[in-house]
Amino acid sequence: MRMPTPNDGLLQRRSEIVDRLRGVVPGPGVIGERDLLRAYECDGLTAYRQVPLAVVLPSTTAQVSDTLRLCQEMGLKVVPRGAGTSLSGGALPLADGIVLGLSKFNRILDIDYDNRCVVAQPGVTNLAISQAVTERGFYYAPDPSSQIACTIGGNVAENAGGVHCLKYGLTTNNVLGVEVVLMSGEVVRLGGRHLDAGGYDVLGAVTGSEGLLGVITEVTVRILPKPATARAVLVGFPTSRQAGDCVAAIIAAGIIPGGMEMMDGPAIRAAEDFVKAGYPLDVDALLIVELDGPEAEVDHLIGEVESIARQQGAVSLRVSQSEEERLTFWAGRKAAFPAVGRISPDYYCMDGTIPRGRLPEVLTRTSELSETYGLRVANVFHAGDGNLHPLILYDANVPDELERAEQFGADILKLCVDVGGVLTGEHGVGVEKRDLMEYQFEAADLEQQQRLKCAFDPDGLLNPGKMFPKLHRCAELGRMHVRGGKLPFPDLPRF
Amino acid sequence: MTVYHPETTEQVCEVVAWAAAAPVPLRVHGGSALCRLGRPVIAEHDLVLSTLRGILLYEPEELVLAAAAGSRVVEIEARLARNNQMLAFEPPDLGPLLGAPAGQATLGDIVDANLSGPRRVKAGAVRDHILGVKVVTGRGEVIKAGGRVVKNVTGYDLPKLMTGAFGTLSVLTEITVKAVPAAPETNTLVVTGLDAPAAVRALTTALQTPHDVSAAAYLPAAVAQRSSVDSLAAAGESATLVRVEGFGPSVAARSAALRAILESAGSVQALETDDSKRVWREVRDVALLTTDQDALVWRISVPPAAGAEVLAAIGAALPKSVESFLDWGGGLIWLAVPADTPGAGARPIRAAFAPFGGHATLVRAPDSVRMVEEVFQPTSAALAALTDRIKTQFDPSHVLNPGRVRATASEIPA
Ligand SMILES: Cc1cc2nc3c(=O)[nH]c(=O)nc-3n(C[C@H](O)[C@H](O)[C@H](O)COP(=O)(O)OP(=O)(O)OC[C@H]3O[C@@H](n4cnc5c(N)ncnc54)[C@H](O)[C@@H]3O)c2cc1C
Repeated sequence: MRMPTPNDGLLQRRSEIVDRLRGVVPGPGVIGERDLLRAYECDGLTAYRQVPLAVVLPSTTAQVSDTLRLCQEMGLKVVPRGAGTSLSGGALPLADGIVLGLSKFNRILDIDYDNRCVVAQPGVTNLAISQAVTERGFYYAPDPSSQIACTIGGNVAENAGGVHCLKYGLTTNNVLGVEVVLMSGEVVRLGGRHLDAGGYDVLGAVTGSEGLLGVITEVTVRILPKPATARAVLVGFPTSRQAGDCVAAIIAAGIIPGGMEMMDGPAIRAAEDFVKAGYPLDVDALLIVELDGPEAEVDHLIGEVESIARQQGAVSLRVSQSEEERLTFWAGRKAAFPAVGRISPDYYCMDGTIPRGRLPEVLTRTSELSETYGLRVANVFHAGDGNLHPLILYDANVPDELERAEQFGADILKLCVDVGGVLTGEHGVGVEKRDLMEYQFEAADLEQQQRLKCAFDPDGLLNPGKMFPKLHRCAELGRMHVRGGKLPFPDLPRF
Repeated sequence: MTVYHPETTEQVCEVVAWAAAAPVPLRVHGGSALCRLGRPVIAEHDLVLSTLRGILLYEPEELVLAAAAGSRVVEIEARLARNNQMLAFEPPDLGPLLGAPAGQATLGDIVDANLSGPRRVKAGAVRDHILGVKVVTGRGEVIKAGGRVVKNVTGYDLPKLMTGAFGTLSVLTEITVKAVPAAPETNTLVVTGLDAPAAVRALTTALQTPHDVSAAAYLPAAVAQRSSVDSLAAAGESATLVRVEGFGPSVAARSAALRAILESAGSVQALETDDSKRVWREVRDVALLTTDQDALVWRISVPPAAGAEVLAAIGAALPKSVESFLDWGGGLIWLAVPADTPGAGARPIRAAFAPFGGHATLVRAPDSVRMVEEVFQPTSAALAALTDRIKTQFDPSHVLNPGRVRATASEIPA
């Protein structure tokens, strides 16, 4: 992976830099020892590793601000980090940069039931927010599978999703406000407990910015009353085309399920072997359709979904009769990744999104690619919103299998773009999909995105080498290519 | 002075590229009354997008629709309705409030202003439903951002940044939005006779239940009396409104459960489908707020539970003839103040919610007033500077709607 060339001058000044950082964040808040730095050398995309120059673990916004101001002054790059569960290498360190870890920002600051929101520091885990409000029957809706570990700050930075996105939205639809520190050290508050932040939607731009625009030091999220009930239907189909048609028919009937997940044959069998969820093994596609809401609604819709599924040729159909059974239906899906981990030494998780209707052809093409590359693939799929997670099975100990897996993955993502979809639905671009950005975007699109970064971080010190395949200087991006003053549009209608 | 009516993105691009090179400022809008939102734009030429129209893509089973930015919202809604779908953010029609005919607003106008209606409390704002855009930046370049799928984190979320930017960063030419199934049934429970604090408490309680309330508003007696729904007008009392939408059996069950809860606040009546739809359209379009055509109108977003307190503080500082109502469970205050209120009331209004956070926008006022008063909420110096830098990165010559959101030296080209 090509990363920005490290600056030798900075590498040589390492101990001086560590001392200066200690002047800002005292004591154990700065890690400079090589063996301790190893713990930060990668995130969830473990194929890429790099030990950083130092790690700084501030515990107040003022310390974050002072650290960034100092780094700006020294020309030192900064990689923000939450729990390090990113699957796209967003938190991959740089040799000549620091990692700014937010793990000490681990307090929930306020629970405000009347305004239905929680104010939390960025290092609080996703699940901790739901747990903090469960006693009053509330929860925080976005539920990435990594929710016991990943932080709310990381969720905002990646605009994380989960299985309930179709109905409840991604992180960005559930964040009311943030406090963010710019590379200059300036502290900016966006939004709050009210709806709509006002002014430019800077909050919307910062959400999903993968740590390239600012460091998030406080988050206000909206919380929702827990649905009165939830039940799931487990439906098996002989082909994934029928399962896809069933998804379309459910939506055409005006039903937006709380969750709608699909697994293909290999994923079903791996999951069933692992957790014994009672999945049918003689089908090639399995749907879990979860309906949540008031009891009367769920009862009514379960019936509708059942009859739609039968019309679409379901060969097996079970409705959860208890909370325990509902959780069993989910157990297989939730364990799909580790289940695949049992049948292959390594796997590589992809994350493209496609228009739902293109599913059958994308799956067909994926299995052709699987033969071409000689690598197996298992598909799990957020069917409701078209977010695919093909898991490519490989063995890192076999020479060039990792490269083949990566190429296979890249081909799948290009296929997603070809059918009208996008490179990433929830895991982010990071370093992983950086070089594919030019496949989805024109040069002008990417340059304008980078100009947005220039407004936040003109020296390009915050998480450089992520998201964009080419690094441009802001001065160069700012130039206007004036098209020689010709007065155009004689043919335009005017009055 | 020339008015350009482009019919294609390329023509928009041609006009903007020329304006940026000259440079000459452009007044960019959709041709409806919504161009009167924000500070008055002083520009030689108009770029009016109402001729850039048409639905470009609509796939009901994919819940997605793309349209040229100048397409009328009412036409898009009619097209969606044929497939029992809708725009979840319930865009208001502020034409009549702004002294113009109804039905004129374009999709671009609504996105420019991020104008969401009563369902905001449940379904989110306009910005939550914009999947992708094609725009012409102030550099005269066509760019696209976002896409046509719901789950997309590829690159910065520029569609959000464009939403609510009032055409000062780029000219929207194509917009892709989420479509959602329309609810077959709607039902509204009305608690009569509450004062504002009791009403906000009742709305808060309703919104804390799992009964999926899709709108929550409070109309003081004088405002409720103007409703075209007879039972509200005749009551002569305030109306606290709670809406539930969805499938029949669900609406019935939730209404019954909510009724039991709301009855502890006051006497409850129900409005069935037609009356329910009618009153929410009146709330959405701010149709009942005032009969004084000259009154200045403010839109104030505050933490919902603080709505009544903010209202009381405003009431104490401004003349008795102020009128108001609350939407968004208390979180959105619509306020009408007499035309001769000093400084349009900006100071006391902003002071009233300062302890809670929020922002106030002067929605309706003569040009002369909007020219001198802070139409939008002033921000911290750091955020203002960031806003200016963002503007410059999208529109370096400052030719797109200069001065519409912020009057600063930087908006005058060097
Ligand atoms: C087993 C597993 C399952 C997963 N399932 C899902 C899933 O279902 N849905 C989903 O969306 N993701 C999923 N992920 C990916 C990952 O958990 C999310 O992207 C998560 O949001 C990352 O949070 P984090 O705290 O670990 O951030 P990190 O990995 O530490 O950082 C992620 C990015 O955010 C930046 N960042 C972190 N904190 C801040 C901050 N405070 N300010 C500014 N920038 C910051 C970093 O620089 C980096 O670019 C999964 C990961 C794993 C390992």
